[in-house]
Order: sequence, then structure tokens, then C-alpha cells
Amino acid sequence: MFKIVEREEMTGGTVIRNEIEAPLIARKAMPGQFVILKANETGERIPLTMADTNPEKGTITIIYMVVGKSTALFRELKVGDAFQDIIGPLGAPTHLEKVGKVVCVGGGTGIAVLHPITRALKEIGNDVTCIVGARSKDILILEDEMKNASNDLRICTDDGSYGHHGFVTDVLKEVLEKGDIKLAVAIGPVPMMKFVSKMTKEYNVKTMVSLNPVMVDGTGMCGCCRVSVGGQTKFACVDGPEFDGHEVDYDELMLRLLAYKEDEKRSLEESGLQL
Amino acid sequence: MAKKEKISRQIMPEQAAEIRAKNFEEVPLGLTQEAAIKEAQRCMQCKKPACVDGCPVGVDIPGFIKLIAEEKFVGSIRKIWEKNALPAVCGRVCPQELQCEGKCIVGKKGDPVAIGNLERFVADKERISGTGEVPPKAPPTGKKVAVVGSGPSGLTVAGDLTLKGHQVTVFEAFHKPGGVLVYGIPEFRLPKDIVFSEVAFLEKLGVTVICNEVVGRTVSVDELFEEGYDAVYIGVGAGLPRFLNVPGENLVGLFSANEYLTRSNLMKAYRFPEYDTPIIRGKNVITLGAGNVAMDSARTALRLGAETSRIVYRRSRDEVPARGAEVHHAEEEGVEFFFLTSPLEFKGNEQGRVTGMVGLKMELGEPDDSGRRRPVPIEGSEFELECDLAIVAVGAGPNPLLTETTEGLALNRWDYILADEATGKTSKKGVWAGGDIVTGSATVILAMGAGRMAADSIHDYLTWGW
Ligand SMILES: Cc1cc2nc3c(=O)[nH]c(=O)nc-3n(C[C@H](O)[C@H](O)[C@H](O)COP(=O)(O)OP(=O)(O)OC[C@H]3O[C@@H](n4cnc5c(N)ncnc54)[C@H](O)[C@@H]3O)c2cc1C
Ligand SMILES: Cc1cc2nc3c(=O)[nH]c(=O)nc-3n(C[C@H](O)[C@H](O)[C@H](O)COP(=O)(O)OP(=O)(O)OC[C@H]3O[C@@H](n4cnc5c(N)ncnc54)[C@H](O)[C@@H]3O)c2cc1C
Ligand code: SF4
Ligand code: SF4
Ligand code: FES
Repeated sequence: MFKIVEREEMTGGTVIRNEIEAPLIARKAMPGQFVILKANETGERIPLTMADTNPEKGTITIIYMVVGKSTALFRELKVGDAFQDIIGPLGAPTHLEKVGKVVCVGGGTGIAVLHPITRALKEIGNDVTCIVGARSKDILILEDEMKNASNDLRICTDDGSYGHHGFVTDVLKEVLEKGDIKLAVAIGPVPMMKFVSKMTKEYNVKTMVSLNPVMVDGTGMCGCCRVSVGGQTKFACVDGPEFDGHEVDYDELMLRLLAYKEDEKRSLEESGLQL
Repeated sequence: MAKKEKISRQIMPEQAAEIRAKNFEEVPLGLTQEAAIKEAQRCMQCKKPACVDGCPVGVDIPGFIKLIAEEKFVGSIRKIWEKNALPAVCGRVCPQELQCEGKCIVGKKGDPVAIGNLERFVADKERISGTGEVPPKAPPTGKKVAVVGSGPSGLTVAGDLTLKGHQVTVFEAFHKPGGVLVYGIPEFRLPKDIVFSEVAFLEKLGVTVICNEVVGRTVSVDELFEEGYDAVYIGVGAGLPRFLNVPGENLVGLFSANEYLTRSNLMKAYRFPEYDTPIIRGKNVITLGAGNVAMDSARTALRLGAETSRIVYRRSRDEVPARGAEVHHAEEEGVEFFFLTSPLEFKGNEQGRVTGMVGLKMELGEPDDSGRRRPVPIEGSEFELECDLAIVAVGAGPNPLLTETTEGLALNRWDYILADEATGKTSKKGVWAGGDIVTGSATVILAMGAGRMAADSIHDYLTWGW
């Protein structure tokens, strides 16, 4: 049903890109929305953002990092294989607006999520500076794509193997110092989003983050994905996944992401799959 | 008929409490044919059967029971099917003591006729060894109907309209059809194979079931009309979990019952790691609420290895809304009840995991609007109950996903869909609604009753048009 038509191993196989037949979803999807995928009968429901869509061809593209049993199982799927279930498009689309100068900050596979948003922000006339970070050069993804999607791309690596040696927040500070930034978008690991938000708050720049809590249904019926935003409980799958970065309780989110740590370890071990 | 000797109500054998509390197999084992025939003989074949008034869909109860007594089982199941498309389900989950059996005349002086158990018996017999024959269908009308949601109400509409010759497609958001019957009610109370065989039967009848389509996201109601559907039935249930709004509610280990049961039932987390979805297996479990949902949660927790499983409820035992049989089963299995107790707060540790609940004792005060005595807090009665898993089962509301994306659909002040009581018609042309999304959380049989009513009205609309 949801057949893989193209597959690419990025960064030596730790990140995978799949283009999948899903015409009904491709027709409707907007930047910022995600799908939930289940590989087979015994599989788990896994949320992944659509990195791209092609309504004419009837396909969606996902880019995911192999971090546990389910993503390792997804990696086993070859061109011609199919996911048993894909549901979407889910979540509220990104609120896109022409505001002037925008800075987009991405880390890890967050870059894949950031890409369609960056592209759309530029397309509607914003001047987009993009800062992407990775631990090292060989696990940086989508460099060319991000270059095309933005007016100015800055790269940071933790180990200094490429671009600026250090964290995205160093470069962000520079960009913010120059002033006139109207909007920041930050997508990546929770600590990154937390520190970016802390910094943009000092500069009083409105910031949007995309959260990735554990989910089950993705339609607002279970409350598994609840996050605290501005002291209120929100369901990330329907109220989000994008929220005002200055209002999010990141520490709670990080703890909630660890809910199944032991089970995840066991699940991976017993599956015999490797990360 | 000289059957004056008094037969007592036939007891349905069950798995012993200490054994079943550790497995997910069905608890009641069903009546033998011999016992069913004996039980059927207890029915007095009333001329004005009170039991039928108690059944929301008016099953011809003396009719189907008589056929069991005469060992005409195929005739019996056909008789039930006239009014109820899911008897294997209803025989198991209807609150019979409040409905059919509650009105049975035999129950005035002793135990009522076991109508639910008999219904289950013939339905199981048909499923396991029946002919599997498909009832005759009316010739094709060329009309197309979309049913949104595959719970009991949606499935009823689909079956009825297919038999009347219309072409029906059911759209389901989840990856499996059945609604609450599949994601909510546990295996030990309603084996999922039963639900799937009911759905398979509908498919054999000609219904198309499409999973993984969220109406309001993948496709909108208006787009369904553009795609050529002539009518739409909305039976999306009341799937929005309510929380308590007390401190500590986002701690790890605190679930909505929807999440807890969905993980266990639909995702089969009870078979982790054979199935990939994990679930937290608490040692000391607290469930908030005392409806069917709460009983299912507390009993599931036991089966997942809990040493204590406690139900905390604001009101008293008299107000417990769950089916009598479930409360009884839960108690037998070792679920403890804390009545007149209200949760104030949840406590957690440095890992953000729940470690306990602070509760407040209540006493019964003056009756409220519903006539029930309102619980009022006893000052200074705070106490703490230890727990490493807490399940909130205090009700559900309407999920706004579909209604917010559908223009022209009037809602009531609690955001349920407004639908005509006699027809299920909504304010939007060509759109009907029924089940929990109209009434709020109710029962399987009421959801099916609403479906049947709407199907009749949709059929009129498609036949005559207005
Ligand atoms: C709306 C949304 C969109 C997402 N989009 C993407 C995407 O485009 N690309 C991508 O690579 N990932 C994305 N994620 C994260 C992705 O869903 C998880 O990485 C995935 O569920 C891990 O499953 P697993 O069984 O392989 O790993 P598990 O064994 O479940 O987990 C392994 C490790 O990953 C962590 N983890 C578990 N669940 C999540 C989660 N939801 N988010 C982050 N870490 C998690 C665990 O804490 C653990 O350390 C998204 C998540 C959400 C909620
Ligand atoms: C745990 C539990 C135990 C219960 N026990 C009993 C019992 O013992 N006896 C009894 O009589 N009743 C019981 N009930 C109540 C009963 O199950 C419900 O009243 C009944 O299922 C309602 O039927 P429905 O068809 O209206 O909706 P549901 O059964 O809720 O089905 C709705 C379906 O619609 C789908 N859906 C939702 N939104 C969309 C969308 N936008 N697009 C596509 N599909 C969508 C849902 O995924 C779901 O499958 C129980 C309920 C629960 C939760
Ligand atoms: S459908 Fe329910 S209420 Fe009606 S006769 Fe059967 S068990 Fe009783
Ligand atoms: S009321 Fe009881 S005895 Fe009378 S017809 Fe109904 S089931 Fe039989
Ligand atoms: S994932 Fe279930 S409500 Fe969001």
C-alpha cells in the first residue's frame, strides 16, 4: 500500500531518506505536518515529519535517524517494500508569514524538518538566514538543499571538522546582535531548542520550535503527547507540533521522552537489529 | 407446556479469579448448549414482554429465546439480527441489569432470564459453526454513502445501508476497524477476533473499509461529497480524554485511560516485546474514576503485573456507573476501592516519574441537580497513596478534529454534534451523525440504535430525496 519508491542512506547509514507512495497524504500535506508510520503487524506507531512532498507523483519524503528498534526496522525496508500503515497529514501546518528577516536554526535530523519550512519562508519573501549544526562534518545532512532554501547558510560542527567550530548558539548570537531579526525558528534536539529559545528571549525575538514528544494516535485522543506551554497542557499532535519557544517547559519534555528508556533498550536487544 | 418445576438461572462458567487476573483470556466461558436450552426454558414468553422495552433497539427477546428452547439456533440468530447486528458484542458488554434483564418479569421474584448470555450463546454458535450465509441484498441503487468512524454506530449504518442496496465506504482513522470495541474494551472482556469477524462479515456483504484515513485531515467531509458520495454519516465517538487539572498530571507514569488501553489493546503492549509498543507496568496502580473504562484499566493493570490496583472515586458505591458484572469481577480479582476520595495532586521523583497521589476524603452532602448527593470535602483529611502508575478514567469529551474542519455543522454547548433525535440528521445537508459524538460517552447498543435510526433516514433521503 505505502510503497517505498526511493531510498537513500545518508551519513553512512545512520540517517535514512525514504520517498513513499502516499497520494492522499501528499495531496494535502503542508510544511510542518507529520505522518505516523507503522512498518508491520507488530510494529509501533512512529511519528516523522514530512521533509518533502510531491503531489503530482503522489509521494511523501521522510528523513529519519536510526535511534531505536522501530527506526532500525524501518531501515530494513528496501525500495519496493511497503509500510503497512501511514496516517496523515497530522498536526497543524506551520504558520507562514512575511515578516522580513528570519533566522532558522536546525540540528541533527531537525534539519530535515526545518528544510520545507525554511524554503516556504523564503518563497513568500522573507530574508532567511539559516544556521545548521551537527556533531561533525560526515553527519551533516541536506547541506545543498538548505543552501538553496535560504539566503545565507551558516554551518557549525561540534568538533570543528567543518564551518564554525562550536554550537549553533554562538553563530545565532552573532546574527541576533546585528539586529532586525523578526522571527526565529528552531528545530532539533530538545536541549538545542531550549538554549536557542533562551537566547532569542534575551533579544526579544519571537521563536517557534517544533516539539517531538512520544505519541500514539496523533489525532488528539490519548494525551500521550502532552507538553506544558505557558503553564498550560497542550497536545502536541493537534495543538502543535509547533509552539512558542519561549513558553515551552523543555525539562518536562526531556523527562517525558525518557519514559520508556529501559523498554526501548530491551526491544532493540531482543530484535537483533543494530543501530 | 407443563414446565412447572422451577429451573434456576444457569450459571455461566468463568475462569477462576486468581488465574484470570494474570492472563488476557476471556473471563466468562460461555454457556453450553444444554445450559442455554435450559435457560431458554425459564422465559415465560410474556404476551407483553417488559424486557423488550428495556432493550434500546427492541430485540424480539421472547422470539429469539423461544427458538433456542426449540433448538432452532439459525432461526434464533436471524431473529436477533433483525434488530441487532452485533449480538456477540452486545451479549457481552450491554449493561443488561439496567436494560433488558432489569425489566424481565422473572427477575421480580428471583433472577431474571439471562438474556445477554443467551444472545451471546447463539451469536457465538453462528460464528463458530454457523452457515456463514449472507442475507439477501436489495438491488444496487447506485448511491454512495461515506461512514466516518468504524465503531459500533458506524458499522451498523454500513451494514444496514449495504443491505438496502447502497454502496458504503467506512473511513477509520486508526489502522484497525472497530472503534472502542478494539482500542478500548480489553481482550479479556471482548476478544478482538469477534470484532474482526463482524467486520469481515460486513466486508463480505460488500462494505468497503478503509483504515488510516483521518477525516478532517486526510480528506474533509466536503471533499467526500465532491468525490461523489451522496450522504455522510459521522460516528467518530467521544475520543477526547479528560484530565483532572491537578498538579503533577504530566508526570511520567500518569496516563489517560485512552492511552493506557490503546497501548494495551490496539497496540498489544501486553505482548511486548513481541509487539513493539511498550507500556508502563506499575506495581502499585491507582485508577481515577469508576465507570466501565476505569474497571477495564484497573483490571488490565493487574494482568500487567500490578501488586495493588486501586480505584479512587469521588462518590460512593451507590453511584458507581460501571456494569454490575464488571465491578463484581474487579473485586473478585483483587481491585480495591477507595470511595468518597478526591485526588488533589500527584507527587513525583527527580526522574519526573509519579510516586504517589495526595487524596482528600469526602462525605455526602445535599443532593445536586442530578439528584445525587454531592460529595463535599472533609477538611484536613488529606492522605497519600503510593503509586508508580496512575490512570485517569474520568470521562471523555468530543474530539474537535473533524468538527472544526467541517463547515456548517452545528454543535451543542459542549461541542457534541447536534443531530435530530428521531433521524440523526445534522444541520449540514446530506450529513447524519450518531453514537458518542452526539450523546457523549454512552453504550454500544445506544450507538448502534442511533446508527440504525440514521440508516433508515439516510435510506429515505437517498430514495426520495428531500
Ligand atoms: C511530530 C514528530 C516529528 C518527528 N519527526 C522526526 C523526523 O523527521 N526525523 C527523525 O529522525 N525523528 C523524528 N521524530 C522523532 C522520532 O519519532 C523518534 O526518533 C522515533 O520515535 C524513535 O523510535 P525508535 O523505536 O526507533 O526509538 P526508541 O527505541 O523508541 O527510542 C530510542 C531513543 O530515542 C528517543 N526517542 C524516543 N522517542 C522519541 C521522540 N519522539 N523524539 C525524540 N527522541 C525520541 C528515546 O528517548 C531513546 O533515547 C519526530 C517525532 C515527533 C513527535
Ligand atoms: C474502555 C471502555 C469500556 C467500555 N465498556 C462498555 C461496556 O461494557 N458496555 C457498553 O455498552 N459500552 C461500553 N463502553 C462505551 C461504548 O464503547 C461506546 O459508547 C461506543 O463504542 C460508542 O460507539 P461509537 O460508534 O459512537 O464510537 P467509537 O466506538 O468511539 O468509534 C469511533 C471510531 O471513529 C474513529 N474516528 C474518530 N475520529 C475520526 C476521524 N476524524 N476520521 C476517521 N475516523 C475517526 C475512531 O478511531 C473510532 O474507531 C466502553 C467504552 C470504553 C472506552
Ligand atoms: S441488545 Fe443488549 S439490551 Fe438488547 S437484548 Fe441484547 S443484551 Fe439486552
Ligand atoms: S420479560 Fe423475561 S420472561 Fe418475559 S419474555 Fe422477556 S425474558 Fe421472557
Ligand atoms: S498522540 Fe495521542 S493525543 Fe497526541
